Amino acid sequence: MPDLLIELLSEEIPARMQRRAAEDLKSLVTNGLVEAGLTYAGAAAFSTPRRLALSVEGLTASSPDTREERKGPRVGAPDKAVEGFARGAGVEVSALEKRDAGKGEVYFAVIAHKGRPADAIVAEVLERAIRDFPWPKSMRWGTGDLRWVRPLHGILCILTDEAGPRIVPMEIGGLAAGAGTIGHRFMGNEAFSVSSFEDYEAKLKRAHVILRPEERAETIQHDAQTRAFAQGLELVEDRGLLDEVSGLVEWPVVLMGEIGEEFLHLPPEVLQTSMKEHQKFFSVKDRQGRISRFVTVANIDTPDDGATILAGNGRVLAARLADARFFWDNDLRKVKAGGMEALGEGLEAVTFQSQLGSQADRVGRIAALARSIAPQVGAEADEAEQAARIAKVDLRSEMVGEFPELQGLMGRYYAAEAGLPAAVAQAAEEHYRPLGPSDAVPEAPVSIAVALADKLDTLAGFWAIDEKPTGSKDPFALRRAALGVIRLVLANGLRLPLLPHLAYTGLRATEEGEVAAAHDAVVEAQQGTQAQPDAAADLLGFFHDRLKVHLKGEGLRHDVIDAAAAMPGSDDLWLLVARAQALAGVLKTDDGENLLQGFRRANNILTQAETQDGVEYAFGADRKFIEDPAETVLFDALDAAQPKIDEAMGREDFAGAMAAMAGLRGPIDGFFEAVQVNSENQILRRNRLNLLSRIRTLCLSVADLTRLEG
Amino acid sequence: MTGKPRSFQDIILALQAYWARQGCAVLQPYDMEVGAGTFHPATTLRSLGPNPWAAAYVQPSRRPTDGRYGDSPNRLQHYYQFQVLIKPSPPDLQALYLGSLEAIGIDMALHDIRFVEDDWESPTLGAWGLGWEVWCDGMEVSQFTYFQQVGGHDCRPVSGELTYGLERLAMYVLGMDHVMEMPFNDPQTPMPLTYGDVFRQAEREYARWNFDVADTPTLLRHFEDAEAECARILEQPATDPRTGRQIVMAQPAYDQCIKASHLFNLLDARGVISVTERQAYIGRVRALAKACADAFLLTEAGGGAPEAAAAS
Repeated sequence: MPDLLIELLSEEIPARMQRRAAEDLKSLVTNGLVEAGLTYAGAAAFSTPRRLALSVEGLTASSPDTREERKGPRVGAPDKAVEGFARGAGVEVSALEKRDAGKGEVYFAVIAHKGRPADAIVAEVLERAIRDFPWPKSMRWGTGDLRWVRPLHGILCILTDEAGPRIVPMEIGGLAAGAGTIGHRFMGNEAFSVSSFEDYEAKLKRAHVILRPEERAETIQHDAQTRAFAQGLELVEDRGLLDEVSGLVEWPVVLMGEIGEEFLHLPPEVLQTSMKEHQKFFSVKDRQGRISRFVTVANIDTPDDGATILAGNGRVLAARLADARFFWDNDLRKVKAGGMEALGEGLEAVTFQSQLGSQADRVGRIAALARSIAPQVGAEADEAEQAARIAKVDLRSEMVGEFPELQGLMGRYYAAEAGLPAAVAQAAEEHYRPLGPSDAVPEAPVSIAVALADKLDTLAGFWAIDEKPTGSKDPFALRRAALGVIRLVLANGLRLPLLPHLAYTGLRATEEGEVAAAHDAVVEAQQGTQAQPDAAADLLGFFHDRLKVHLKGEGLRHDVIDAAAAMPGSDDLWLLVARAQALAGVLKTDDGENLLQGFRRANNILTQAETQDGVEYAFGADRKFIEDPAETVLFDALDAAQPKIDEAMGREDFAGAMAAMAGLRGPIDGFFEAVQVNSENQILRRNRLNLLSRIRTLCLSVADLTRLEG
Repeated sequence: MTGKPRSFQDIILALQAYWARQGCAVLQPYDMEVGAGTFHPATTLRSLGPNPWAAAYVQPSRRPTDGRYGDSPNRLQHYYQFQVLIKPSPPDLQALYLGSLEAIGIDMALHDIRFVEDDWESPTLGAWGLGWEVWCDGMEVSQFTYFQQVGGHDCRPVSGELTYGLERLAMYVLGMDHVMEMPFNDPQTPMPLTYGDVFRQAEREYARWNFDVADTPTLLRHFEDAEAECARILEQPATDPRTGRQIVMAQPAYDQCIKASHLFNLLDARGVISVTERQAYIGRVRALAKACADAFLLTEAGGGAPEAAAAS
């Protein structure tokens, strides 16, 4: 049972692609081996910035001999056909077997396939894996045609068994497989050959390469923590950064440096962003929680213990932070001199979208909207409007110009510096949220009002100019905006009918004189494109679709949501979900399931009769035409259920209403068992149809059961 | 140069000497305003077609929007790039590049050199490639790119391109914090000059002109003139009526493309190009670049067969 070792040595592979690539190498090779008839005991893949490696243990030495049987023409078919069949199968005509396949004798060819040695299979499979490798982006180099993520320099491919290692003979793009590799670019650049995976990993380490990414990550984590701890400091954990950095080095060397005193007053997020995004530094906090040091990870041991490297990194960081401080000071100067208005100057010159006006126009609309939403979410109207007016101001700040990822956050800092209420400053930061499905939802009333206004304005605006998401295209992230609204409403239990806010607010803002001439163009454009009055209804439908996607995770079926969405007040998403949850709950019960069957039967009979007779049976049934006791029971049950359901619905107690509805199951079943609705007697028939109509009306007052599937 | 470089020009001289030793033709800057060394025809045009090429040169580069009146420690509207282009890219290009860092006094045993993913794309040139930005102790000192496409044409063979941002690299090697304080020539000479002595005045003047004074109607007209002239040059029949020879005028046309590109940058600095117009302008320059690339491939230098092209 030989072991297989493969290494593909290249120029530096982008850190973000390494782990995936190692897994791809593993699956491409092992799948290929198995398809070719080999089996193996275990496989593991590894990556460093310059290499992908794969170790396959306990590979079978060759694929098994196999026999293939092929059915051919019937015996007595023309010679040409028989000869052709034999030739195709690669056997002599005389070797064909005759067998009775039920409808007379037929020729069979039995083809023996000899097993092939693992060496040949590995060579084939590896070549195919290299040629078909699913790099996100690949390239050519020199004069060759081979594609790889960066130039490929070496292929190590050996099979090792009791007799020792042997090279698997293969060649691709002018590179022949061998048994050797090289170590670290600067600390182990001599070639060496290896005899097994253990030998490979050990020799790499001697040549200053740690093969396993998780080992490199652990080393970095451990050394960084130790260094911080030794100074009484604490490392700020960052898993994503750790993964990235461990893909940038083959030999991690952790160095800790100081951040100049003159930068420590900058907001910690500014320090952290600047260090992480541009320099891939970790942050280190002191006892007061202030970021005071950085940790950088070098790829080399130096005779001066990293002093030169640390000094260089410190200078690069100082230059970056000097920029950041320059921006911060300039922004603050403006805020202190003229408040947020001064900082936001020029927002009217920033186009939000050509048909929807500038950022200033948008701010006007959001402010009006936030004001009208405020009372419904428990926020102070003036505060909500004020927050909306300053929420986008930081887009004009120099800091956000340099670090766009700090938008919102800088708004909070500047609003606080301008002396605005804490809730207003907080809203400046939080109004973009939730950004993704895992991002926290704002809970403060002012933040909620502005966050809703921001998203609703975006959606209504793009709907008004007919720029809706299609298929995979959603350039304005409208799905995310709708999901944000849904999560804001549900997480905060908001009772907020959306329809009044789904009409494009640009028009309203103009009426209120909030926004000046810039809007005329927008309004004209809107009238020009005949913005349909049902744009709002269409947008509500979009919300319902997003809601289905969102609630799928909670196991709510889409047709249950349809049944709830078809009811009045479906723009109140909280109400809609409460109704859908109650419906899903009752459908899980035996009574509920059977009631649904009864409802369907009633509805079918009734619909058929109404179509046929061209009338609607909604006059109310009369007890005096009762013939069967089952009818009395149903009458009684309906009379008793009606007030219960009405009362529960009045309290929005959907579970109660549905339980009362499910209670009708017995009487309805009994009625259908005992009574023939379509009686010969037209008076009885009409009365029974009117009784069915009561069932339908009552059930439909709870949810539109006709929307349910199955 | 012997020993560690002491001035900006020492670094330029060392790089030129090093790449000359590696067999590159050391060219001089192209005599037109460009945004980056890549625009030099020795890179854009010569990276096309099958003929081998190896050149190194300094290229003054202009980025009008980066002007800071000479105040910024590291931003300039006029700066220098050192550019190397080798076709086909040699297998040891990374090692050759590291050798150039040693040649300017960066000791590989003391510094942390890293190749960090950075894909290069030039929408105005219709070009892209894969490679890295090279970090020295956390500082980006070069761009390293394997050209995959230029002017919309696949590069076959592939060229390797190295671009050194000279001021930044020199500041790092010389330990300077402000570009204007960096010694331009040997600080021990009787007449030592700093970078600021040479460029501060010009930076101020150009910043003012770029941002506030350049006449935008004139720039717009020049843009359109360059565009039209480029098309007119390329429309000419390949056969020159005067000499009867096949002369496709790829480079004169490309000059007009370079002009249009720089005029676009100036208009951008004047703030008169909106976000939507921006894409349209870039598209117009790219169309010129592609037409010039097509033409270059018909020339002898571009590996074309002028006779066959004329016959078709």
